[in-house]
Formats: sequence, C-alpha cells, structure tokens
Amino acid sequence: MTDTLTKTIFGRLTWDSLPIHEPILVGTFIVVALGGLAVLAAITRYRLWGYLWKEWFTSVDHKRIGIMYLVLGIIMLLRGFSDALMMRGQQAVAFGSDQGFLPSHHYDQIFTAHGTIMIFFVAIPLVVGIVNFVMPLQIGARDVAFPFLNNLSFWLTVAGAVLVMLSLFVGEFARTGWLGYAPLSELAYSPDTGVDYYLWSLQIAGVGTTLSAINMVATIIKMRAPGMTMMKMPVFCWTALCSNALAVAIFPALTAAFFLLILDRYAGTHFFTNQLGGAPMMYWNMVWIWGHPEVYVLVLPAFGIFSEITSTFTGKRLFGYSSMVYATVVITILSYLVWLHHFFTMGAGPSVNSFFGIATMVISIPTGAKIFNWLFTMYRGDIRFELPMMWVVAFMLTFVIGGMTGVLLAIPPADFVLHNSLFLVAHFHNVIIGGVVFGLFAGMVYWFPKAFGFKLDPFWGHVAFWGWTVGFWIAWAPIYIVGLMGTTRRVHHFDDLSLQPYFIVAAIGAVVILIGILGFVMSIIMGFVKRDQLRDTTGDPWEGRTLEWSTTSPPPAYNFALTPVIHNLDAWYDMKTHGYQRPAEGFRPIHMPRNTGAGVILSGLAFTLGFGMIWYMWWLAALSFVGLFVVAIGHTFNFNRDYFIPADEVTRTESQRPQPLEARA
Amino acid sequence: MRRQAPNLIGHGLRLGLLAMSALLGGCSRDVMNPAGDIALQQRNLILFATLVMLLIIVPVMVLIVLFAWRYRRGNPNKTYDPGFDHSTTLELVIWSCPLFIIIALSAVTWTSTHLLDPFRPLARIAPGKPVPPGTKPLEVEVVGLDWKWLFIYPDLGIATVNELALPTNVPVHFSITSTDQFNAFYAPTLAGMVYAMPNMRSELNAVLNRPVETTGYSSNYTGRGFSDMQFRLRGMAPADFDRWVAGVKGSGGGLATQAYIALAKPSERAPVMHFASVQPGLFDRIVNACVEPGTPCQADVMHRDMQRAGGTAPGSAVKPAAPAQPKPGDPHHRDMTRADPSLAPGAVRAGHA
Repeated sequence: MTDTLTKTIFGRLTWDSLPIHEPILVGTFIVVALGGLAVLAAITRYRLWGYLWKEWFTSVDHKRIGIMYLVLGIIMLLRGFSDALMMRGQQAVAFGSDQGFLPSHHYDQIFTAHGTIMIFFVAIPLVVGIVNFVMPLQIGARDVAFPFLNNLSFWLTVAGAVLVMLSLFVGEFARTGWLGYAPLSELAYSPDTGVDYYLWSLQIAGVGTTLSAINMVATIIKMRAPGMTMMKMPVFCWTALCSNALAVAIFPALTAAFFLLILDRYAGTHFFTNQLGGAPMMYWNMVWIWGHPEVYVLVLPAFGIFSEITSTFTGKRLFGYSSMVYATVVITILSYLVWLHHFFTMGAGPSVNSFFGIATMVISIPTGAKIFNWLFTMYRGDIRFELPMMWVVAFMLTFVIGGMTGVLLAIPPADFVLHNSLFLVAHFHNVIIGGVVFGLFAGMVYWFPKAFGFKLDPFWGHVAFWGWTVGFWIAWAPIYIVGLMGTTRRVHHFDDLSLQPYFIVAAIGAVVILIGILGFVMSIIMGFVKRDQLRDTTGDPWEGRTLEWSTTSPPPAYNFALTPVIHNLDAWYDMKTHGYQRPAEGFRPIHMPRNTGAGVILSGLAFTLGFGMIWYMWWLAALSFVGLFVVAIGHTFNFNRDYFIPADEVTRTESQRPQPLEARA
Repeated sequence: MRRQAPNLIGHGLRLGLLAMSALLGGCSRDVMNPAGDIALQQRNLILFATLVMLLIIVPVMVLIVLFAWRYRRGNPNKTYDPGFDHSTTLELVIWSCPLFIIIALSAVTWTSTHLLDPFRPLARIAPGKPVPPGTKPLEVEVVGLDWKWLFIYPDLGIATVNELALPTNVPVHFSITSTDQFNAFYAPTLAGMVYAMPNMRSELNAVLNRPVETTGYSSNYTGRGFSDMQFRLRGMAPADFDRWVAGVKGSGGGLATQAYIALAKPSERAPVMHFASVQPGLFDRIVNACVEPGTPCQADVMHRDMQRAGGTAPGSAVKPAAPAQPKPGDPHHRDMTRADPSLAPGAVRAGHA
C-alpha cells in the first residue's frame, strides 16, 4: 500500500537516484551547494532580492534580458568546460592497463552533457544575449517587438538549463551523444532518466529559443528607425536577421523529432525503434535538418560581430557591404541543403552524396568572400589593436583552417575515412571555438562598456585572449593528428600507447584554455574593481560607427529619447561627421512596457512539468500542465502592461549626460 | 577518367605526403599510411584536396598577417584611405577565387564519390592492376553485435569474432549489418567506414595490398562497451590465409542458432573467437531479425503488409540476388534491404497474389 503510494507520489524517484556513492559528484555537489548558499546569503544580507526581482528577473527591457542571457551562458560555460577538462584528463591517462578515473557510465554522460550544454546553454544564450542587447540599439528601437515574450524566452531557457544541471545530482544524464541518436536513445537501450532529462530540458529551452527568434525577426522587420532601409542596416543586424529566420525555420524540426522520440519513450509508439517499422535513420535526418543550419544560426551573428569590430577599429566603412549581405543570405539558404553530409557513410548513393558534398563546399564561397571582405577592410585602414580587434585577427587565422578541414570532410570519399574520427571533432571545435566563441568574446569585450559604463580590465583581457588562442592550438592540433591516424571519438580508453603523448599535449592545451576562461572572468571582476579608471563617460569609447554608440553607457531604459533618423549606413559615424548635436528639449512622454513576473512563473511551471515527466510523477506533470494554461490565459487578462515615462523625467535624464562631442574634446 | 585522377596527382603528392608523414611520426595504424587500395585512393584524395585548398588558404593567411602589420596605427608609412570600401574588380576576384577552387574540388568530388562508392565492385586491385575478369570476390558478412564484431565467411563456412583475416590482393565484398545499434564498421587502413545498421544491409568493396596486423573499430557510439569494440585486422599472403582458414576449421565449435543467440547477448571486451562451421543463411536471418525460432522475417512481414495495403506490391518483396558478374555503378548495389531470395517466401508466393 505505502509502496504504491510512494510510487504514485514520487514516480521512479528513490533515494538510489541520488549519486551518494560517486565521490566526484558528491564533491561537485558540496562545492555547488556551498557556492550557491554563499550567493543566496549575500543576496539576502545585502537585501538584493527585491532589487533583483523588480529590476532584473521580471524585466522586459531587452538590455537587461540580454545581460541575463550572457550571465547564463557564462555560468553554463564553466559547467561545460569542467566536462571538457574531465574528458581531456581521462583521455590523457586511460591507456593500456590504466582505465582512467571515469568509468564509461560516467564518461559517456560527460561527453553528452558537454555537447548539449555547450551548444544549447552556452552558445545559444550568448548569441541570443548579444543580439538581444545590441540589435535594438543598432536599429534605433526602444525595445524588441514583444518585450514580455523576450522575458519568457529567457526564463524558459533557464528552466532547461536548471533541468540539465539537476541531472547531475538527481538521477542520470543521457549517455547517447549530444544529439540523442535513435535507436540508442530509445527506451529499450536507455531505460533510465538520462534521455528524458535530455529531451525535456531541450524541449523547454527550445520553445524559448524559437519564441526569441520570432521576436527578433519581427523586431528587425518592423522596428527599424525611419530612414534605415534594409541596405542601410548594420551588418550585425543582417546576420541577426538571417540567423533568427533560420532558427524559426529549423527549431520546429528538432521539436518534432524530440516529440516523436518522447512518444516512443512514453506512449510506446515506434517512430524510431528497430521494430515494427520504426526508422531510426529518420531521426538522424530530422535532427540534422535542425543541426546543420544551427551551426549557421550561431556563426552568422559572430560574423556580424567581426564585421562591426573590423569596421570600427580600422576606422573604415566595411569593405563590400552589399557582398557581405548577399553572402550572409546565400549562406542562410544553402545551410538547409547540406544536412546529409553528417552521414555520408550511412549508405546513400554516390549521386546523393556528391550533391550534398558539393552543396557543402559551395558554402565556402560566400564564407571565403566574407574573409576577403574583412581582409580588405583592414587594407588601407588605421588599425587599432585593442582587444576586440585582436580577437578578429585570431579568428581569421584560426577559422580559415577550420574551413579548410570542413571542405575536406565534405568530400564523401575523404569523409569515409575521417567521419566519426577525432579529426571531425577537431574540425567542428575549430570552427565553433575559432568562429563562434572568439566572436562572442570579441563581442562581449566590445559591447561591455556600452552595457555597464566601464571597459573590461585590459590586462586580464589579454590573458583571456592569449589563453584561448594559444590554448586552442595546443589542445586541438594533436586531436587533428590522432584523427588522421584513425582514432575514433567518444572513446574512454585506448590500447595503443603511442597515442598517449598527443592526448597529454591536448590536456595541457585544455588547461591553457582554462587560463583563458579564468582570465575572462577576472577581467570582469578587475574591470568592476577598477571601474572608475575604466569608466566610459562619452558613450562612444571605441570611436564607433553604429547607432548604439550614440547613447549613454549604459543606455537609459528608453534607449533613444527621440527616435533617430537614418541617412547613411554607418549612422552614428555619419551623425558625428555632420556635427550632430543631441536635442536638449522638446521631449514627449515615452510609452514603455511594464515588467511582469509571468515569465518566471510560466517557466517555473514548465520546469516542474519537465521534472514530473522525467520522474513519472504524473500528478505533478498534469498539475503543471494545467497551471501553464491557467497562468498563460490569466496573463492575457492583465491589462496593466504599460506606462509612460513623463517628458520632464526624460529631459532630466538627458540633461545629465554630456554632449558626446564635447565630452571627447 | 577512372585512372586519371591518381596519375595526374601521383608525383605531386609525394611532397605533401612526406610532410604529412613527418608530422604524423609514421604511425602504422593511421589513415595516412594505408594498406589497401581504396584507403590509398582516399588518402591521396585527402592530400590532393588539401594542397588545392592551400593554394588559397596560405596566401590569405599571409595577407591577414601582412595587412594587420602594415596598417597598424603605429606605422607612420602606411596609406590610410577611409573611403576605400568598394572595388568591383576586387569583388570579382574575391568571389571567383573560392569559386574556381570549389569548381575544381567539385569535379574531383563527383568522380571520386562515384568511383570510391563502397557499394561499387572493385575495378582494380592496385594502381595499374585491374581485377582479372571472372574473379569472384571473397565474401565476408559483418555483424555489429553489442559490443563485438562477428565476421562470417559464408563461402568458407567459418566465422570469427573480433578477428578479420583477409588474403592480400584478393577483392573482398563485405555485407554489413547490426543487431541493435547503429554501429560503423571502420577499418581505416583498408577502406574507411560504412555504417552497420539493424534490419539493413550495407556493403563495402575493398582489397588489402600488403600483410598487416592492425586494428579496426566501431566508430559510431553505441553505449557502454563501445570503447573496446575493436577487431584485429590481419592481412595475410594467400597461402598464410589458407593456413589460417584451416586453423579456424580445426578449432572446434560451430555457429548455429542457439550459439548465435548466446553470442548476441551484450558483452564487453569479448576475446577473439573462432567457429569451425556456420549455419547457412544465418546472416540473412540476422538482417531480417528472425534468428530466434518462431520470429517472422522482416522481408516476409513487409511483403505481406504491402499486399494487404492494396495489392500494389510487385511480384516479389525481395529482388533476386546479384548476377555473378556485377556491373559497377549498378543501382542494384544500393538496395540495402536486399536479402537472400531463399528466405523470402514472398518471392515464391508471388504467383498467388
């Protein structure tokens, strides 16, 4: 009787679900718990709960949401990178008779979590965060098109991230690789909670990402300042538009694939099973129809960041603006046509393989054109090698190698020997670290003073830069080499002792990258400590060229007191050269969206829905599901959604800031 | 066209090869030092494509460093021209350079993908050595089990676990499947990889050109025992191979239904095993998921389903086996559901339909 009752209440959650017998996890849990308690205590001690709730958690301000996305991304980066260090450590020691410190049960969860976290909870939040913060400022808008939706998107992503983190301490994470390939991810082969954690966290976060993408597309299409035609839009906004349009198109494919897999696991259907007509190969197709364009969802905004920085720090307009835009659009379209190159070796015919191989190579043409465009922006420029520009040059030198190995892998017969090898792993880390991550760091260093009013500490910024760029090559050059020797991925133990030196070097490289990561964290801390020396009073610390630099640092809640009128591509540069004087009066009340807690509540319910489904606590899942509906519909009856900033308050705020041109003089 | 590509590239590749092998320290298991003709052509293709791409990558990297250095703010002798943001000539060059490289690579991709299609019967044993007419390739049936490899030599009537012995300079035709997981049969020094998938039969044609003792892998992650799912790949002179076959035949145990069912149970780090005899047709029953007595074969089930769905089924769910002398590039080689006709009662019952 009590047994049935316990089962009904707790589903399959028992005391055995807690990993008390795994010392690594217990240690991690203690550290996380102590750290968490310290943070909570500090917040309580300094009475910050009210401030955080009112000013941040419930905020619908795109700038604050963008910053919260970045905080989420950086925290998850630390988690994802600890996974990376453990893998590098294991592969450096697990040779011959030494089985290393991670059994396959644990190691397999780690590489799955590493990939899942790095893409879904690091790269996506960081990219979305920067787009969220920068894009509305660049197009002269006061917020995004749907401010509440933006808040909800963020918190749904958080709910997914919390579920993934929870799997560390309650139950298991998936042991399937980061895409959860069927049939391995089917109930028959993965009966524990791992795949369910994976599916529900990504479903919830995926809804957030889709909504956010819709929001960004609508914002760019509808909310540009008067005069800003599409071809006068900064390149970063173009890349944000293409990236988010892609995301809108592809995320439904992933959601559908996951939904069918959920049906297989919960309702006993046979979409992707080996039996009864199931087609596991269909799952591979569906996830890669999402997965390949997803790479471009991430890298296109990074390209945009590089474009903005190159133009600013060379003191030149971007070379070949229109060809840059066309290249971006071409990449967006082509990225749909290449997914099959992820499984050339599955037995498709040579004509099919050739088609997808050549389509993949064709993408390198617009990408190559972009590299040339940055190159010729530097040509006859006046290059200031501040940190953001250093990241750009490091990106260009690193990324071309990744592009080359990518084209190599796109040749099917070459892929037949290199697929699933560490060469492939080195390739995609080369493009994702060298392209996306370097771009995100460049962007964070570049726009940090805009967001917080002071620059990052340059010394630690240089430590971060050199740690990442040097560490990258020490870590990945040996992996390229062992890949060329035919070493496969996702292996937790090797018999061939001759490979060990390579993996030891790779582990050293990972430690150097760790220095880079810690250097970045330090540059934020030391930047805050030395904020008075690093203060940006002008709003335009880098001699910027686009509209966001026309505002104060940090910008006021309403961004622009008067909507700017755009005459030229580099709008702010154009305004500066024409001796622009900001008006000091004539303001009108500004219509603003009001903060709301509905996003936090909905995401909390989405979290409990996921948790209930994962642990088979059907009552909790049902309750949360009903709750979601009630709160969502209830929120539509909340008519108290907006307010006006009175004109004299705007006048007061505006009068407190110096005229930018005077400030520089 | 078929022979041209390697010959054209042949000597030019030596240099790149030398540089590469120096870099790689001459490891014997690697992709860069193949023992089979297919892997050799794949290796040459990798080197050729790399060299072609370096034609553009190296100048670009040099220019990046050069421009970054020359146009730095601290250089008083530079030209600063903030108005230089467009040049039609340069744009043409920018787009056409990568375009030409990709056109060249696409041509190579198209031909090599067709010529090195794993389903395509071999045309040559080694450079300049065509397969003698009438040669029957050695048949090997590969089954990816959790977590070990089963190799069946149907013509020789033997089977092994985690050991694949091949005679040198004899074309080999692999039929590949798996029981539960998506494995990938990966022999880097022989011919790269092909997925091994449940209920499906993929193929690979390859040849070993010199004696080797090396390792093959499963290269697609399949769970707990994946890391140790390896097999010994042994290339032997034909006489040695015959001795090896005789040795296996004299080794005792046979592989029939019950022995196979026991073998198929998940196990890790399985040792090398030899089976002196194999039940005929075992592989086809594995592909059709009907080794277990009383289980209907999938080809059969599918055929019945097709007939039930409106009688549009063709006369046979299963096409007859390939003719003795298969034609290269025949689409028939791609039919991955193809099973032995003797196992497909649908073919017999076609008359009643």
